Order: sequence, then C-alpha cells, then structure tokens
Amino acid sequence: MTKKMVLKKVVLASTLAATAVAMSGCMESEAKAPGIDPKIYTDSLFSVMKADRTNYTKLIIQRLGPKGAGSIKPDEHWTDVDNGAPLPAQMFRAGAEAVAEMTSDFTYSLQSTWPINSQNAPRTNMEKEGLEYIVANPGKNFYGEESLGDTTYFTAVYPDVAVAAPCADCHNEHKDSPRTDFKIGDVMGGVVIRVPLS
Amino acid sequence: MKLISSKATLWSAWILLSLLLAGYLGYQMVEAKQKPDFLIGEASHGHYQIEMACESCHTDPFGGKELIHDACLNCHQEELAAVDDSHPIKKFTDPRNADRVAILDARNCVTCHNEHQLEQTRAMGVTLADDFCFRCHQEIAEDRPSHQGMEFDSCASAGCHNYHDNKALYEDFLLKHQDEVATNTAATLPESTLSKRLPRKLALALSDANGETVDLKINRAWAASDHASAGVNCTDCHQPDNAKSWQQNPGLEACESCHKDENKGFLAGKHGMRLAAELPAISPAQARLDFHQEADDHQLNCNSCHDPHQPDLQQAAVESCLNCHDDQHSRQYKDSPHAQLWQKELAGESTAATGVSCASCHMPREQKKIAGEVQVMVQHNQNLNLRPNEKMIRSVCMNCHSLAFSIDALADPKLVSNNFNGKPGKHIASIEMAVDREHKK
Repeated sequence: MTKKMVLKKVVLASTLAATAVAMSGCMESEAKAPGIDPKIYTDSLFSVMKADRTNYTKLIIQRLGPKGAGSIKPDEHWTDVDNGAPLPAQMFRAGAEAVAEMTSDFTYSLQSTWPINSQNAPRTNMEKEGLEYIVANPGKNFYGEESLGDTTYFTAVYPDVAVAAPCADCHNEHKDSPRTDFKIGDVMGGVVIRVPLS
Repeated sequence: MKLISSKATLWSAWILLSLLLAGYLGYQMVEAKQKPDFLIGEASHGHYQIEMACESCHTDPFGGKELIHDACLNCHQEELAAVDDSHPIKKFTDPRNADRVAILDARNCVTCHNEHQLEQTRAMGVTLADDFCFRCHQEIAEDRPSHQGMEFDSCASAGCHNYHDNKALYEDFLLKHQDEVATNTAATLPESTLSKRLPRKLALALSDANGETVDLKINRAWAASDHASAGVNCTDCHQPDNAKSWQQNPGLEACESCHKDENKGFLAGKHGMRLAAELPAISPAQARLDFHQEADDHQLNCNSCHDPHQPDLQQAAVESCLNCHDDQHSRQYKDSPHAQLWQKELAGESTAATGVSCASCHMPREQKKIAGEVQVMVQHNQNLNLRPNEKMIRSVCMNCHSLAFSIDALADPKLVSNNFNGKPGKHIASIEMAVDREHKK
C-alpha cells in the first residue's frame, strides 16, 4: 500500500466519520423536534375527511339515492324515514361527533357564514376570520393559533366546496338558509380543525 | 389516685368508643352492601329506590365527578341515543363551545342533575332554575321573532321544547302532522308479536312435571295458558338446563331465559331497578306515590303482574297495576274514555287492540325492525316515556290522536290527573308557529 493510498483512506475515513457525526446531530435535532408540524397534521386529517365526504356523496348518496338505484332516501330527518340516510353534511358531523367521543387530540366541525342551523355559524374570532379568508381566497386554506378556555389551539380552516348540484340546491331551498344563490364550485362553508398545543 | 383512675377509665372508654365507631363506619363504607349512615340527603324521584346501593353511582369511593357522570351514562346513554339527544355531551367537548361550557358545563350530567338535593330537585330531576335555557339561547328571538317576550322558564315547561328529547316536537315533525284529525276512532294499537318471536313447540301433556307433585289447580291453569301452548313446561322454569334440583320459586333468570327484552326493560324501570342494583325488590311501602295500604308489602317481580301458571295479559294490563297504584290518575282510569274502550274490547264488542289499558300508555308496544321483519314488543320499562310526558306523543298518543291534540292533552295537568276524561283545557301554539314560519318562507 503506497503512502498516497494510506492518505486517501485516512481522508475518506475522516470524511465518513465527520458525516456520521453531522448526521447524528441532524437526527438528534429531529428527535428533539416537537413532533409532526400541526399544519401537516391538519392537512392530512382534512384530506381524509374530504376524501370520505366526497366518496359518501358520490358512491353512496348519488349511486343509491333517488338519482341512482333509489334504494335509500337521503333526508335531513333520516332517522324518521324508512331507508333514510344522513345527508353528506350530517354524515360529516356524525364523524366529528364520533371522533369527539374517541379522542380529544383534535376536534373538527363543519361551519358556515350562511348556516342552516345557526349553531354552525362561526363562534370564535378565528373561526370568523378563517371562514372569511377561505371565501375571499378560493383554493387557499387558513391557519392560526387561538386560546379557548385555558388551552391554545392550532386552528386550520379549509374550504368546503359544493361538489354536486344537490348540495347547492338543498341549501338554496331550505327555509332556514340565509343564502339562496349557491352554485356548484362555490365555497359554502369551511371545515375547522383544531389541535391543542398546550 | 382515684381521680387519675377515673380519668384513665374515661380516656379508655373514649378511645374504645372511637375505635368502635370508626370500625362500624369503616365496615359500612368498605364492606356493607347498604350504607345508610353515609347518605348525605334524600335522592331524587328517579333514584331514591337505589339510594342505598351507593356503588350504582359512586363506582369508586375516591372517584370524582367524572366517575359519577360515567355511572349516569351507564344507565341512561342508550335511551338518550334512541331519542337523538338534542344536547349530547359530544357537542360540548368541542373547544369552540368553551365559553358556553364556562357558563354551564353541559359536558357533565351532574351540572344540571345534582343528586341528594331533593328540596331543589324539579320535575325532570333538574336542580337548576327553570330558566336555564337562557344561558345559551338568550338571542332566540332574533332567529324566531314569534318567541319575542316569552319567558325562559317556559321553554321546557310549556310542551314546546325539551333539553334531551324533542322527537315529537321538532319543526318539520310539527308541519308533517299539522292537518290530522284529533281522534281517529278507527285506530288500533300495535299487536304484540311475542308469540311469533319465541320458539314454538307443540302443546304439552299435563304429565310433564318431572315427577314432582303438582297442585292440580296449577296444572289446570297452566294447561290453558300461553305457556302451555308455546311448549313451556314445568321444568323449563323450575328446573332449567343448568339447574340440578327443582327450584320451587324460580327467579327472574327463569323468565329472562325467554323474555330477555322484557326483563331488560323491567330492570331499567322503577319496578325492577332495585333488583338490578342487587337490592331487595321494591314494595309500594317504599315508594313515593300513593298506593293501596294492603299492597304495602307486595314485592315487585315478574310474578307480581304475571301469574306464571296462568299468564293473563289482560289482567297484567290493568288490574295488576290498580292492585297497587292508588293515585288520582290511577283512580280515575276506570271512568275514563280509554277504560270504556278497554271494557268494550274485553266484552268482545270491538275489534282487538282498540282498548286502552294502563299498559297501553305506560308499557307501550314498540315496533322494531329485526332482520327485515317488524316485531312488536312490550316495553317493560314503565318509566321510559313518563317524564317529560311529551315522550308519550309518538310512542303512545299518536297511534290514535293527532299531534296537536296530543301536545295539548299532555300539557294540561288537570286532564292528566283525571285520566283524560274530557278535552284539553290548554292549547300549545307550536304547530301554528311552525306553519306561520313555513308560509313566510
């Protein structure tokens, strides 16, 4: 082995060692991080919610409802109707309520500036700000932090868009709806997801 | 010296007495089934029957409000879900309602239903002032101008709204039933499908008593009974599969082996809740309503209303109740229009299921779809639809009466007291309000 070769090996070993030390530092700093970024967390949750909601609307309500096989009857008062099925928005709320019974690690709700049920109007300042933002900025989400009670939350608001004609029609025709000119593609409300930070 | 000796005796006696007292109380707290010395106040009308079974609610001696809350749900969760509870806990765990929760913590049953406060307990077991709706709905008149000026203590006391159960009071239901005839004289009540549900065997011979000497009178009664025609013989109750010896007085489990749903309802209601809490069966002497004195010692179990050797559902539907109950409403039953219909049915002067017995209202026949088939079962929890009485609207009254008539009748305490002998003296305008709003749409 020549002197040159030995030198090469020493340089290579040193480089590898330095890289390993640097890598371990990186790993350490990653391990010390507070966990998944709340934005990535809420974005991921929302993508599951949106996928399930769209699938329920298209694969169940449209396929089996009056415009499909006619074997189920989507209805606001679905428990009082034979073969009644919850409307997509009710199904979404049922999911939110079921989650609330399982965990307090996050909560979510479907809200609107033009709600049929006034209990679903924005209540906190951040909800109001977030819903205004997603209506004024189509395609964008809203993120912020707010304190409710003695807890600080990461709050994300995602647009809830009319994906099918019945969504807009039903809201336009409902006697309790404060707005009657919705059309497909409109932002009708927002999904608010909250994650406690403290 | 005598003084010291006297002092020592006193001290010894005091220590001994203290130890005895501590031992007595300690035993009662930890070991004894009933703990009367720890009862901090009489329980409400819904729980006094089991107030000596502390563990029913206080599941752990060191538990807090959360454990008591869980105990509430343990008994009441199913019924709340069945009526689409209008204020479920899950709505208030959302942080967006943190400000409301700070005003009224609706996440915990005990916020409104505080036990052992009998003097402050109102009709629905609520220990808050009657205007509690105000705390969250003070701006209701903005959404519903018709409600302008209404007092908040009338929301839940005028036959319009309930905190939990609004199954018969929501707006679209009012609209759907706005044009009904007050009383449908051709109506019938659902008929029980019990005989279809239970396994049917061939009728048995009188000889199947497993060698026991059986009273001939009992034998004859049984032979003519539904039990006999359903093939339920002596040993089915007196010596079930897992019992080695003949049981002279079979318990609830013998009935439950066939009548599971009925037993579940019975144990959930006031008649059976002491048995469910492993206390001796309740007797009228222990209850807070008015009863016939001679029934004071009567202990409530299945046999109280159903003679197992001669199960007579007509007897169980009226006479069994009136043998004990002696309050104004019960006393007035026999003079009521409902009772006249019942008598006509018994006399064969009208078609089946047109009579209205005590059980028709207090143990209604419920329809359930099981495996695609409609089954009708008698709800044996006689409390399930009792309070608030609007719970009876759908399960009972609307079988024969309009929604409007039902709401008015149940809102009239005098009419309830005289067992509905007459017309409602009150009118609740909820349907008119809903119709008016619909027209203004």
